[in-house]
Formats: sequence, structure tokens, C-alpha cells
Amino acid sequence: MKPSFDILIVGIGGQGTVLASNVLGEACILENCTVRSAETHGMAQRGGSVESHIRIGGKHGSLIVPGTADLLVAFDLLEALRYRHYLPAGGRLVVNRSLVVPTSVYQQDLDVPDEESILTALADLDVTCIDAASLAEEAGSILSQNIVMLGAASGEIPLRPGTLEEAVRRCVPQKTVEVNTAAFRLGREKGAGTP
Amino acid sequence: MAIRYLLGNEGIAHACLEANIDFASGYPGTPSSEVIDVLRVQKERPFTVEWSTNEKVAFENALAAAWCGLRALCTMKHVGLNVAADPLMTSAYTGVTGGFVVLSADDPFAHSSQNEQDTRRYAHFARLPCLDPASVQEAHDMMRDAFALSEEFGLPVIFRPTTRICHSKGDVDLGEIGTEHRTAAFSRDPKQYVVIPAHTRVLHKVLNQKQPALKRRLVELGYNRHTVRGKTAVVASGVAAAYVQEVLGDDVSLAIIGAYPIDEEWLADFVDRHEKVLVVEELDPVVEEVVRQVATKTEVFGKIDGTVQYEGEFTPATVAAALGRADMAPTATFPAAAPVPGVPPRPPILCAGCMHRPTFYAMRKVFRDGIFPSDIGCYTLGLQLGAVDTTICMGASITVGSGISRSGEERPVISTIGDSTFLHTGIPGLLNAVYNGADMVVVILDNRITAMTGHQPNPNTGLTATGEESTPISLDAICRSCGVSWVETVDPYDLPVLLDTFRKAKERRGVRVVIAKQPCVITARKSGIKRKPYTVDPERCTGCGACRSFGCPAIAFDDKNATITELCAGCGVCADICPSGAIVMEGRR
Repeated sequence: MKPSFDILIVGIGGQGTVLASNVLGEACILENCTVRSAETHGMAQRGGSVESHIRIGGKHGSLIVPGTADLLVAFDLLEALRYRHYLPAGGRLVVNRSLVVPTSVYQQDLDVPDEESILTALADLDVTCIDAASLAEEAGSILSQNIVMLGAASGEIPLRPGTLEEAVRRCVPQKTVEVNTAAFRLGREKGAGTP
Repeated sequence: MAIRYLLGNEGIAHACLEANIDFASGYPGTPSSEVIDVLRVQKERPFTVEWSTNEKVAFENALAAAWCGLRALCTMKHVGLNVAADPLMTSAYTGVTGGFVVLSADDPFAHSSQNEQDTRRYAHFARLPCLDPASVQEAHDMMRDAFALSEEFGLPVIFRPTTRICHSKGDVDLGEIGTEHRTAAFSRDPKQYVVIPAHTRVLHKVLNQKQPALKRRLVELGYNRHTVRGKTAVVASGVAAAYVQEVLGDDVSLAIIGAYPIDEEWLADFVDRHEKVLVVEELDPVVEEVVRQVATKTEVFGKIDGTVQYEGEFTPATVAAALGRADMAPTATFPAAAPVPGVPPRPPILCAGCMHRPTFYAMRKVFRDGIFPSDIGCYTLGLQLGAVDTTICMGASITVGSGISRSGEERPVISTIGDSTFLHTGIPGLLNAVYNGADMVVVILDNRITAMTGHQPNPNTGLTATGEESTPISLDAICRSCGVSWVETVDPYDLPVLLDTFRKAKERRGVRVVIAKQPCVITARKSGIKRKPYTVDPERCTGCGACRSFGCPAIAFDDKNATITELCAGCGVCADICPSGAIVMEGRR
């Protein structure tokens, strides 16, 4: 059996993938569990496609090999499609029902798949689709979508929900603790409730 | 003291604090920047920290601190070491009294770099020790002890983490922050510090004499270690060693190289005990060359015979595949998993409201047949806007531009360079262009900050690394004192004036400088500057697509009409581009 539980969080630079992975890392520390993770820094952060690898229980390298991730959390539908090969057949995907069309599409007149066709292309996976924007607004800020997504995925993650909530409190800015805690709980309820 | 979840660079910075660091300098460069960024804002240990104007400057400042007996750190990315190579080579001769560590971060796969050069080659070239950590914890531990190693041998120590160390996170066991502080004292010793030929010939001999003891010490310290388990073996270095450990069978021996120079006797003893050895290392075959040199009858596999890939970074899958090719069964094999084809790319892009975009737009409008040499920074992304024709290294926009101009190429040459890059290595090129009579336009993209690497201040920002106000400088005055007589400063958000300035520049000859000045949109937002967003009046929008060519990520297309998304930063330039007057400030329809 694989010694680590491997999560890939993907999105667009600026959506808060790094914060989400920080929460998971912090939760590992709280549970005395080893962890390895890899992040995108530098040039690719400027509105580009970004990925965070988190290996809970990991002891060696931080990179997850395509085809072996235990969970894919995607903050954007197109990014889910771009990184779905990290999952094995029938793997677990938690995805935000949001599609930001890359500017390259407009500039180069490329075809972009719509929401429906992306969901069809992902249908062979074990998919939970979350409307993170409306849940984040319900929690009190549209900016908490990343924590909503983390909450929605948390049922799959081998860390206790109480630990994850504590890690959220430790990682987010002080004045947003309440909003983000609410975001985590709303996401968690939704993630558990959807087949 | 405590186990914390830290970025590799944060662990490295903390280790410097534990090691009683007295002086740190550097020039930002991915993936190295966060080390100084942590040291400059921390409050736990007071000491001197600076962002220097370039890597050579940073190196020489830190070297001097080490000559004064202090513990000094200098940081840069791998290509920065090219800039600092001149003092590097001779500092091996002069040596140091205080511990001096030179962090040069390599970037396999060139995630944020212009090449995949290997810092270990510089260490070999200069005959300096080089530490090559395999994990975030080891990076911390090695950095903590590197200053003492430097002092033990009186040599600068090169510390070479790679992207997957610098920008990986993990649980790191930290020690207490050091409380000892040294007092700087320079002892006059011309035989050591004045490298005239008579002195340097002696110093060269001393450097060479240090090598055998150094090699042995790196084994004693456990940086180079091995476990013999069978008749076949892997020799691995750096982060590749972590990937090897993930997939290595327990009947295969393993040697991990964490430091250079490698003790050949020690390595030969290990290699000789095996029938086959596979060498796994990212970038150059530095370890492999030594393995091949010491192997007498052992069969060696690596990059040179094609078993291991030369370029890019490794993963457990690439390492497992190499093990398979060398007939050393890995414990895991990985499925071939290819990305779904046809997904539209999402490359990094200049931010909505970025001042570079209107500058490039206006430049291309006025100089339709222009040649556009550019430089290193966010603005290299102007490639997507057709405004970047060359990029090679820091400062080369102006020199490549003047070279093209003086080659006799008759089309207009317009070089673009950021403020930090101009101060880094742009000035000598500008001076040279004026001196030698080039005919070109230099556009200084003055966003008041070193943006790409994470918004570090530079002399043009008005703040030091530690946040104190610095003496104001004037880019206009620098250009004029280089001999440029036509220098215009313009607000790039004011498109009509920007276009007009470029037209005026086009009418002149000689070296002309346009300074496009507007704070980086990210730092502006952080400092509380708020601009009203713009919106499209759907009744006026004809769907002509003029705004599309502007390439702003806040402009989207809904069927045939343009819309402006919540990314809008309110620069308002698109309102000037729209021929139908359909783009208006929100609430002013």
C-alpha cells in the first residue's frame, strides 16, 4: 500500500491554492503526521494554471506522479480537465462549478469546452461538483471559496475535521477566521451531502 | 525547539538565524527569493540584511562582511551566480575568516528561468565546497552547519538547493535562534586580500592543498554516505535521492551524495563492491563523471549512456523507469498517464491593470515594424502581446538593442527593461549605447518594485529591504548622466499621451529613453489605491474586437460582445482603445 495520501489541488494563480495546501500541512503538524508538499511560485502565479501537491504521511519527495493521486481538488472546471490524468481510473474529484475562460482563448481564437461538456468528459471519475461561489457568499465572503472547496473535500482526507478547522483558524488572516470557519463547515456539509 | 510546516526557503532562513548569522545580502530570483524575504522581516534576531542591486554587488558585500569575521550569507538564483562569478572564482583564493555561505538555487525544468545550468559546476570550477540537500529538513540542517564548515576550511561554501527544495514544504524540526553576535573587525593582510600575481600564486597552491582534507570531512560529516545491501547500487544526489528512496528495492545498495568535492577513495570503495551502479542526479552528470572515473570493473549507468534523462526535473516515475532500464527492479511502476489533449492553455499573463500592457500596446502601435529586445521580469510576458523579440539575461535588452542597431539593421529598435533590471545591469549597456552612437529607443518599465520575484524593494522603490526609507534616486537623472539627452517620463495609463510620446521618440535619432512610470497594480492595491472598475455598455459595443487585441484578462467575450469581469483594476486604458466609446467607468454611463 502507498504510504502517503496524495492530494493535488489545482486552480488559477490568485485563487488561493497555496493557502488551501497550507491548511492541510498545518493540520498534519497538529496530528504529528509527516507531510511533503510542492507549490507553484514565481512566473506561473500570474493568472496561470497552478498546482499544489500535498502528500499526507509523505516521507520522501513532494511530487505526486500522474495516475496515482488519491484526491484531486479543482477550483476550476477547465483545470480539473487539465489535471485529471493525475487520478487513476475512477479516481476521486471534488471540483468547483466555475469556469474561467483563459485569455489565450480570446487572443488565439481557440475552442473552449463548456461546463456541460467538461462534466461529461469527467463523468468516469467519482465526481463531487460544488458551487463554491454561492457557499462562500453564504459564509460571508466570495474570497473564501478555497476554504469552501477544502471543506467539501475534507470528508475524503485522512485528517480529523476538528484538526482541519483548527488549521483553518491558524492559517487565514485573523479578521477572516469567522468567515473561513463558516466556509469550511458549509463546504463540508455540501461535500458530504452530494452523491 | 519545535516542528513546523515550512517552505524549504523558510527552513533555510531559520537555519541561518540558528547559526548566528550577522550579515545577509542577495538579489531576488526564483526559486531563491524567500530566504532574504524571511530574514528581512523577521524580528527575532537583529542583524544586517540588504537587497543589493545585483548578484556581484551582493556577493562582494557579503564577502567583505566575512573578511571582517562575520557570518555572512549571499543568495541568488543559479543564473545570478554568472553575474557574481568574477568575485566567486577569486574568493576561493582569498578565503574568508567568518563563515560565508553562497546560496545559488538551481531550477531544473526551468520553471522560472532562462536555462538549466548546474551550480555544482561552479563549485568544481572554483574548487569550493558545495552542499546539495535532498530534503527540506536536510536543507535546514546543512545550512545551520554550513557557516562552521566555511570557517573550518576558511573557504566560501556554496549551498545549492533546487526548486523542489526551495518551494517544497514539509515538517521541519527547528532549533533555537542564536543569540551570539560578532563585532566586525577587518585585519589588514595584503597577502590574503590583495590578489596581485605574487600573492595569488601562493593562494592558488593553498586552495589546492585544502582539497583532500575537505573531501574526507564531507564524508565524516555524513553528507556523503552509503548503505551496502546487494550486488547492484544506486548513487543519487540532491532531491533525486528522495525520489530514489521512494522506489528503491531493499536489495539494492544506495549512496547519497550531499556534498562536493566527492572523496574518490571513499566512492571507489563503494563502487568496487558492486557489479552495476546507476547514477541518478538532476541536471549535469557531475556525480556520474566521478563514478566513471573511479570505476574499474563495475558497469556504470547514467546520463552519459542514455539510461537517465539529461534535461528537466525528475519524479519518482522517471527514476523508476531508469531503474527498470538498468535492470534494478523498482518497488513501484507507474502507469502511463497522459493529459487530456486539446485543453486550451492557461499560461501566466500580465495582471489586469498591469502598466506593462498599455506600454507594449502603444509601442507596437507606433513602431509597427520595430524590433523589440526585452529583458527579465514580469514584462517578459509581453511575448504574448508580440512585444518581446529577444530575452537572454538580465540587462541584455539594451545591449542586444544597441548591437542590432549598430549591425546596420534599419528597422527601429525599441528595448524594454524594468526598473530593477535597469539598475541591476542595464546602466552599463545604456552608457555603452550612447558612447558608441546607437540609434534606439529604451523604454524603462518603471513599476517601482521588483515584481516578478515577489515584490522586493529596490533603490527605485524608496525603501530598503528592512523597510527604512532610502535616499531617493532619479531614473531620469541616471539616463541623462549616461549622456541621453532626450528622456521623457509618462504615465502608461494615459494612452493618448503615451502614444504621443512614442511618436515624438520615433521622430528623433540617437538613444532616446521613455520612462513609463506607474506602480505595479498588485503593490498599488496592497497600499490601498482603489480605482473604479470599468464596464461595457452593451448597446454601444459593436463586437469589433479592438479591446481583444489588448489582451487584458479582465476582458471576456460573451457571444460577440465584450464584457468586463470582476478582475478589472480600473486602469481605464481599454476605454481609450474602444472605437465606439462603449467602455465606461462603472456608474458613469
